[in-house]
Amino acid sequence: MTHPFMDPITRRQLLRRAAAGGVTLSLPGLLAACGGDGGIEGQQPETGATGATTVEQVLADEITVSNWPFYIDQNDEASTFPTLEQFTEATGVKVNYLEDINSNEEFFGEIQAPLGRGQSIDRDIIVPTAWLCARLLRLGYLQKLDKSAIPNIDNLEDALRSPDWDPNREYGLPWQTYITGIGYDPKKVGGEITSVEQLLDPALKGKVTMLDSVEDTVGLFLLDMGVDPTDPDPTAFDEVIAKLQKAVDDGQIRQFTGNDYTGLLAGGDAWASIAWSGDVVILQADNPNLEFAIPDAGGMTSVDTMVIPTGGDVYTASTFMNFFYDPEIAAQVAAYVNYITPVKGTKEAITEIDPALAENPLIFPTPEALENLYEYSPEAIEDTEVQEKWQAVIGA
Amino acid sequence: MTFFHRHRWLTPYVLLAPGLAFLFLFFVVPLYYLSYTSLQEGTVQIGYTFTWAWENYSTAIRQYDKQFIRSLQYAGIATLLALLISYPLTYWIAFRGGRWKSLLLLFIIAPFFVTYLIRTLAWQNILSDDGFVVNVLQFLGLVSDDGRVLATSTAVIAGITYNFLPFMALPLYVSLEQIDESLIEAAKDLYASSTKAFLRVTLPLSMPGVIAGTLLTFIPAAGDFINAELLGTPRQYMIGNVIQSKFLVLTDYGQAAALSVILMAVILVLIVVYTRLVGTERLAG
Repeated sequence: MTHPFMDPITRRQLLRRAAAGGVTLSLPGLLAACGGDGGIEGQQPETGATGATTVEQVLADEITVSNWPFYIDQNDEASTFPTLEQFTEATGVKVNYLEDINSNEEFFGEIQAPLGRGQSIDRDIIVPTAWLCARLLRLGYLQKLDKSAIPNIDNLEDALRSPDWDPNREYGLPWQTYITGIGYDPKKVGGEITSVEQLLDPALKGKVTMLDSVEDTVGLFLLDMGVDPTDPDPTAFDEVIAKLQKAVDDGQIRQFTGNDYTGLLAGGDAWASIAWSGDVVILQADNPNLEFAIPDAGGMTSVDTMVIPTGGDVYTASTFMNFFYDPEIAAQVAAYVNYITPVKGTKEAITEIDPALAENPLIFPTPEALENLYEYSPEAIEDTEVQEKWQAVIGA
Repeated sequence: MTFFHRHRWLTPYVLLAPGLAFLFLFFVVPLYYLSYTSLQEGTVQIGYTFTWAWENYSTAIRQYDKQFIRSLQYAGIATLLALLISYPLTYWIAFRGGRWKSLLLLFIIAPFFVTYLIRTLAWQNILSDDGFVVNVLQFLGLVSDDGRVLATSTAVIAGITYNFLPFMALPLYVSLEQIDESLIEAAKDLYASSTKAFLRVTLPLSMPGVIAGTLLTFIPAAGDFINAELLGTPRQYMIGNVIQSKFLVLTDYGQAAALSVILMAVILVLIVVYTRLVGTERLAG
């Protein structure tokens, strides 16, 4: 079995561009002042092999980022984003931060039409999951990063440096790595949950939600059957589909959701949900009883990755990525979102915020825990037949 | 002598031109494009080609007959409920509203100032399993103790009824408001009971409103997907949900377009039958 953390590490020779980066960090205020309207054309510098800062490297006035909900630090009133404010302070670039990715499939459906026509989607950075990034790249919807603006790329965790879809990290940088498991309220469920099979217990009828992404939901059920989801066996897949179809017909499953399961779980309409690790920690603010469990049979995982779609401002977007690859910044984000951070040095930085966080298994899982996490085969997700069977179950 | 005096026969066409242009641009062209798409096959990855893919239609009907029937059922029930709620309501406003008429009407339209999605999401909260409404219903024994309202057909139909009620109420109000009250008085002078006066005078005179209202409610309700998605479960999904996911999630444009064309055709047939039964001339009042 392979998964992102256990890949044989192929250390890539990453060109150090500290000098160029230094210019980037010290000049942005000045540059932003004469940055014009932050237009789309003419601001995608060709970075030569030397990575010299070219004249076109001008920061835009504003950057638009599309991300998932609960995926960045917020202040207590949940009204501002401290790290984004720090970015604006450091660079003068305002951030238009949209939490508008609810599910990969839905998001793709929304952006596909304009991108397919070669038009901008008015986003400089989007953060889809790795398999969708691979598809976007294949379709020619992505722009190369300006690595001369990302000296902090050196802080990228070794295990994440060379994914199959982008072996040299030319098109995307990880935002966070997530774990799919089960979020639940032990008081309502009446005990601990250690396997997804328990979600099919008639006692929970109508109180269970599952994710509408095949890799998360089917992945967990395959693991429960002892089947490897990194290369799912079609017969086992059909078995899971039949099992879930029966659960839908019986009214066991209340809804298949994207990230919007959070409202149902926090509000108590769902007692147990297939959920993403960090979300549940944040939801504990609303409902302190909630717990997150990785099933004994294993959890699913993948890497949500920052990429620059057609029309995005490459230099500004790359500068933004560089900012979040500073361990101090990554630590602030990780301390709030509770997902596995891709930035080296975050553990040291987070100790200063709260030493307990450095021991948090959701942010810094032990090697044993990592070994029990699996990434669903991207080819299987892209398989038309798989998707058709899956969509039939989730109600379309 | 102007040009139009010399060519009188042209006048109606000139007057119709803007309307015809509008219909052509925003009805004929999209309809053509939709039908064209419905006969295409392919995927985002390999592109879409026009192949007279009639199987889009046959698979659509075979696979999604349940959702079609469900959509028509839900929309039908919701339309009926909206009519039963709106008629007494608008009757009262039209005949007894007095100087408060405008304000009362405003109350009916008021929810429209909030977006559709937010209104429906609010119902998600109101009907939540541990919420006040469900607790009261459980106390009254209308819902079993472990029962719920949200994520059932009841919630979906209620949501549709609520969301489309103004489309029913406004045309009803207009036709009721126009009724000359002296006609009702005359009926009573001729010894008609209140019930008889209502059945023989008010109701027939308000039929244009009833017909317009039911059509305006039923047609969008049959294609709705928001209510089923937010207030229902996959077991309540309507044909709109299927079309939405085919268009936006699976990017299976051919099937999605075929489903849309079928939905239009089915609704068209139903409307023709309906108007034949109740008589379209009544629409003219």
